[in-house]
Formats: sequence, structure tokens, C-alpha cells
Amino acid sequence: MLDVLTNILQTTVLYATPLILAAIGGLFSERSGVVNIGLEGLMTIGAFTGAVVTLATHNPWIGLLAAIVAGILFALPHAVASITFKADQVVSGVAINFLALGVSVYLVKSLYDGAAQTPTVKETLTRLPIPGLDQIPVIGPALFNAFPTTYLAILVVIITYFLLYRTPFGMRLRAVGEHPRAAETMGVNVFRMRYIAVLISGALAGAGGAGLSIAIGSEFNQTTVAGQGFISLAALIFGKWNPFGVLGAATFFGFAVGLALIGQIFGLTTYIPSEVLNMLPYILTILALAGFVGRAEGPAAVGKPYETGGR
Amino acid sequence: MNIVEMKGITKSFPGIVANDRIHLEVKEGEIHALLGENGAGKSTLMNILFGLYQPDEGEIWIKGKQVQITGPNMAGELGIGMVHQHFMLVEPFTVTENIILGNEPVKGGWIDRDGAEREVREISDRYGLRVDPRARIQDISVGMQQRVEILKMLYRGADILIFDEPTAVLSPQEIQELMGIMNNLVEEGKTIIFITHKLKEIMQVCDTVTVIRRGKFIDRVKVEEMDENRLASMMVGREVSFAVEKEAAKPKETVLSIEGLHVTDSRGVGVVNGLDLEVRAGEIVGIAGVDGNGQTELLEAIAGLRKVQKGKIQLNNSEITNQRPREITERGVGHIPEDRHRRGLVLDFTIGENMVLQTYYQSPFARGIHLQYDQIHQYAERLVKEFDVRTPDIHTPARALSGGNQQKGIIAREMDRNPDLLIAAQPTRGLDVGAIEFIHKRLVEQRDKGKAVLLMSLELDEVMKLSDRVAVIYEGKIAGWVNPQTTTQEEVGLLMAGGSTGTEVKH
Repeated sequence: MLDVLTNILQTTVLYATPLILAAIGGLFSERSGVVNIGLEGLMTIGAFTGAVVTLATHNPWIGLLAAIVAGILFALPHAVASITFKADQVVSGVAINFLALGVSVYLVKSLYDGAAQTPTVKETLTRLPIPGLDQIPVIGPALFNAFPTTYLAILVVIITYFLLYRTPFGMRLRAVGEHPRAAETMGVNVFRMRYIAVLISGALAGAGGAGLSIAIGSEFNQTTVAGQGFISLAALIFGKWNPFGVLGAATFFGFAVGLALIGQIFGLTTYIPSEVLNMLPYILTILALAGFVGRAEGPAAVGKPYETGGR
Repeated sequence: MNIVEMKGITKSFPGIVANDRIHLEVKEGEIHALLGENGAGKSTLMNILFGLYQPDEGEIWIKGKQVQITGPNMAGELGIGMVHQHFMLVEPFTVTENIILGNEPVKGGWIDRDGAEREVREISDRYGLRVDPRARIQDISVGMQQRVEILKMLYRGADILIFDEPTAVLSPQEIQELMGIMNNLVEEGKTIIFITHKLKEIMQVCDTVTVIRRGKFIDRVKVEEMDENRLASMMVGREVSFAVEKEAAKPKETVLSIEGLHVTDSRGVGVVNGLDLEVRAGEIVGIAGVDGNGQTELLEAIAGLRKVQKGKIQLNNSEITNQRPREITERGVGHIPEDRHRRGLVLDFTIGENMVLQTYYQSPFARGIHLQYDQIHQYAERLVKEFDVRTPDIHTPARALSGGNQQKGIIAREMDRNPDLLIAAQPTRGLDVGAIEFIHKRLVEQRDKGKAVLLMSLELDEVMKLSDRVAVIYEGKIAGWVNPQTTTQEEVGLLMAGGSTGTEVKH
């Protein structure tokens, strides 16, 4: 029985990791007042870059770093369009999603002789046990024998919390997302804050994407991300734009994503088709957002382009 | 010594010259009023001084030095602070966080919250501002929010303080408090520029006044040599009468009758509790009362915007209780709503489109499912002219108009439909004397045409001047009726505070 519990926990942590990273990325962007529906595309480009660069360099750490850089580069057009040119942030984000998928699938085909997926990545990130702690029953193997990306995700949550609520940077970020004009009259550079936030969201979503292709999985194809960017967005809202709330929500969705796998452990698939289990995270996303959160109140200025000195 | 000098400031926006060679000279340690009608260019001038806009022409001298103010940061460095008309406060933040934003004290990389709170408390005490440094903005009163705005300037060491129409959002008590604070500030060596169109306030606290009209400098005068009438005519450019001229009412049949009305507010708490009211054709009935005694909900219930829990509302002897708003409108009710931005206008529609919000589906504005824009435009042109709505043209978005002109637009729309009952909720809130005079005249005109007018205002003066009968509302019931001609302030005040009955003048 304990084995089953350990297994459930381990699977949950495994699948929650990319969601946490991307959702915290989304948190930075939305807290600054920029909707980032492009998380899906940023994860896609991260997953693609992570796999390809690891295949080329045989070093998953360089792959991870490259994924982060690629995420930042792909977030840049979203920042330029929605901040400098005041375009509709949702449309710009959707464009990022299509662009990322198109570019990565095309490049995979041209790099690997028309294949629909990359070759298998052999040198993926591997589980990194923390000596001593990993011997704790049940939670040890799940939490302290995890992929490096998991430790990274948890660290990111903690850092984000302190950054957001304890530092001038965080306070300005939140102010810019709530009432940009007030922030500007207090001498805060609204544009700069928003640019930084959107680029951070690119970095974190890129890292989350890499987690899918060089930690959990070991290849990239066009279903690698499969909506997890949108699930991250749901986790962000479900977690009420709060780092620890997002951690909890992403873990919940990680559990849902892992359920198909967990279902097999229980032998659940003999009663429920695995396809139905696979649908579960998406159904839960809708349910969570529609009913159980109540009124989700995001940053007041989210989605609204800011204009200086407008009349 | 002149601490601020603005010389020949000109600033144009597309289609309008907001400031046309304006001069402003402010002496150190005085309260200097900047007086002008809505849309005269006061806010533009101050936004230039605060660095939010760049002037097209003109010079700015601060403390004897010519400067170019490129942004709010620069204004701050020069010691200029501004309390904006629409508060610049981050709602979910605490008072302290709002004050230190952009200028955060740091200790070892973290924000020094305790130190900041201590300093805020200290400044707050020194000027008698009484704010709680830990309270969240969304939880505190408008008056306290404004004091937070003042603290923001003081925290940054500002000594030239701009107040942009600070009293528009305050209750009478809060206004008196603010006047006291302004006097404290000047005693501590600050200089204040006070933007307003309220003459009483200028007479009460200001030393000097600069008058501007339609973007042009008119005059700079000492307040002690002035009176309200002279200031008013300088501001508007003609004689203004404060008195409302009207003959005795000749009321006829009952138009509106309300019996035992019960209405709840948005939280489900009963705020109108068994209210009876009658308004007859050819009279203005005023509702006086302290804010929050059910007046808003009462009017919304009549207009069909809020559900009636119990009781009956009749218009011309047929029931309209809980009808849809369109139905009630078509039956002959006009409504000048209390909140013109939320309920009176679709701000992003043009002023022309706003003129047909209730009639767009009727002939001649629509034929089948097709809007007849030429008809709509013709109609809007006529209303804009008749009601003196000052707008570049009818295709201007309602948002771009000044408050007074937005309100004139609403009044034009509501009155031109010729409703049997006109509900006017705070029809002159935030408007200048010229616009107030205009609106008052129109309301009396409506009465003289034999229509019923139900007026609600929080300004007791206004209710007393305009109404033929006054109902004092207290805790959702009519506490008593008074005759505005014969009653005294004391009697009405007593009723408003829930005291015993007034004289029955329910002829």
C-alpha cells in the first residue's frame, strides 16, 4: 500500500514540475499586467530547444540553458507587440503559440530527415537523490529523489515569493499590474517592468518545456507539450496569482496529468478507458476555473496596454 | 518670492487647444486657487507642471530657476507633488506600500517595512492626517485615501503641493477636515496650488486666485478683494445667478405613487424599508438625506434597475413594479442616473450614439434590423445644439468630453423623450456653476411643462432651492416632509439625523 502511495506522489511531482515552472512564469507576466496565453508556445520552444541542443552537445544542462534562452527570445516578440505596440495581448500570445509549434515541427523535420520527432535523447537529466533525505519513507523517494528541474521549480517558487512581497522589484511589479499610472507617477518605469516580467516568463516556461523533453520524456514531437501551457495558465488562475497558491494548483493538475499513469498502477484502466483518464486534466481545468475557484480576481490592469500621458 | 512661474504655456491636443498662453505665478507659502470651468484647461496646466505632459510653448520657472520638467520623477526632484483627482493608489496595497512605492527604504536587500511604517506614522502625526499605515487602500474611506495621497507627497519631501479638485469626492465633513489640513500644511511652510471650481472653498482658504476660461488666462486676483459672484462671472464670462427663479408650483394629478416599498442593496441588506412617496405632475419633489439612507436604491428600483422585494410602484395609475427597464422607459420615465460613467453613458460610444441609447430600435432610428445613421446623426446634432453640449462634433467618444458636457448630453437625451416622470439623481455632482445653472433651469422648465420631477441630491442647498416639496429620507423611510420655503436648516438636519417628525405639508 505504501508503495502505491509513493508511486502516486512520485508521479504527481514528476508531472507537476513543468507546470510549476511555466505557471510561475505566467505569474510574473500577469502580475505586471501582461496576459501570457503564449505559455504553451514558450513551453513548446523550450521542449524543442532542450531536446535538440542536448542531442547536439550530449549535455542536458546545456540543453536546459539553451531552452531558457530560447524561451526568452520567443517571449520577446510578445513583449514588443503587447507592450511597445499595445497590441491585443491575447492575440499576440496566440500568435506565439502557433509560431512556436510551426517553427519547431518544421525544424525537427529539416534537421532529422523529415522525421516527425527528434531521435531519442540518451543523455537526459537524471534523478538526483539527496542523500539521507531520500531515505524518508513515502515522501523521500518522491521529493528527494527527483529530477533537478523539480528542485529548480521549488526553488523558483520560494524565490518568487520573497522577490514579489519583500523587495522593491516585486512591489513595483505588482503595482504596475494593478495601477500602472499610479506606479508611473511614483517614478516607476512601467514599460521596463513589463518587459522584464514577460522575458522572465519566457525563461521559466522554456525551462518547464525542457523538463518535458529531457527529463520526464526523452524526445520532442508535436504532442510533447499538448496543452500543458494552457494547464499552467489554469494553475496560475486557480492558484490566484500567488506563488504558493500556484505551487498547490500546479501540483493538483500534475496529479491529474499523471492520473492516466497512476490509473494503470491501480488497474483502473480495466474499468475506465485510458483515453478518458487522459482527458481528465483538461476537464478538471474547466471545472476548476468555472466553479470551484469562485471569482478569480487577477491583477486589475492585466490585459490592458499602457499609454503614457494619454488623454 | 514666486516659487512657481509658468509663462505663456500653450498645449494643444488633436482638435483642441487646451492651454493658450496661460500665465501662473504662485508665491511661496500661499494657497493659490486655479479656478475655471470643467474643461477650461486646469488639469492640463497642472499635468504640465507635474511633467505628465510637455508644453508646446512657454517657460516654467521653479524657485527662481528655469526648468524643463520631463516627467513625474523630475517634478519630484523639484519638490512638486500632486494629489490627483482620480486617486493614484494601488487598491490591494497597504497605505505604507502605496507611500513608499518607487522610493522604497531597503535594509539588507529587503524592503524595510517597519521603518517605513514608523516614518509614515510620524509624518501623519505631524500634519494631523490620521491614517493607519497598515490598512489596505480598498478598506479605507475616500477621505483617508486622499490623506494617503497627501502623505505620498510629503514622504517625498514635496513643498509645492498640487491639489486637483480634491473636494469633488468628499463629504461636507471631509471637506472641512481637508481645509484644516491645507492650513496646517501652509503653516509648516508648504505652498499649495488648489484646482477647483467651487467658489465657497476658494473664499474659505485661498489667498490668491488665477482664473482661466476655455484655455485662456483671464486674471489673477487677491481673494480678499473678491466675492463669490464676481469670481463666478470671471470664470464663466457672464453674470451667473445662484438663485433658482421659479414660480409657485401648480401640481395636478399624481404621476408616481409608491406604497410600502422594500428594496435590498447588493449585499441583500434591506435599505428601503416600507417607503411611501407620491409625485404629482407639475412639481419637483426633492429627496434630502445623508448618503446611504436608501436614496440610491429607491431611485434604481423605480427605474427598474433593482429588484423590488415588496410593495408597489405605480406610474399614471398603472403598476410598473419590477418591470424591465426598457418597459419602464417606454411607459414614460426618464432617468438621470447618479453615476454618469457607469449608468448614464457608454463611454466608448460617440456622444451621438449615446443620444439614442433608449430609442435606437424605434423609428426613425431603425428600420427593421438596420440602424438609420443619418437620422441618428441629425437627431444628435439637434440635441447637442439645443442643450449646448460642447464637443468637437457628435462623433467624439463620450469619454473625451468634460464631466459637465457629458451630463448635459444625458440630460438632453432624457428630457427630449419628454417623460411624464423625470428622475434626477445628483444631476449636478462635480459640475461648475455655469453648468449647474443650466441644469437647474432645465429641471424647472420640465416642471413647468407639467411633468413630474423627482430630484435626489446630497447637496442640501440644491434640494431646498429646486424642490416644491422635500421628503427627508432616513433609514429607508420618509422621515418627514418639509416645505423648503418655510423650513429651517435645523428642522431638516434633525429629520436627516432621524429626529422626530417635521411639519406635515403633504397638501
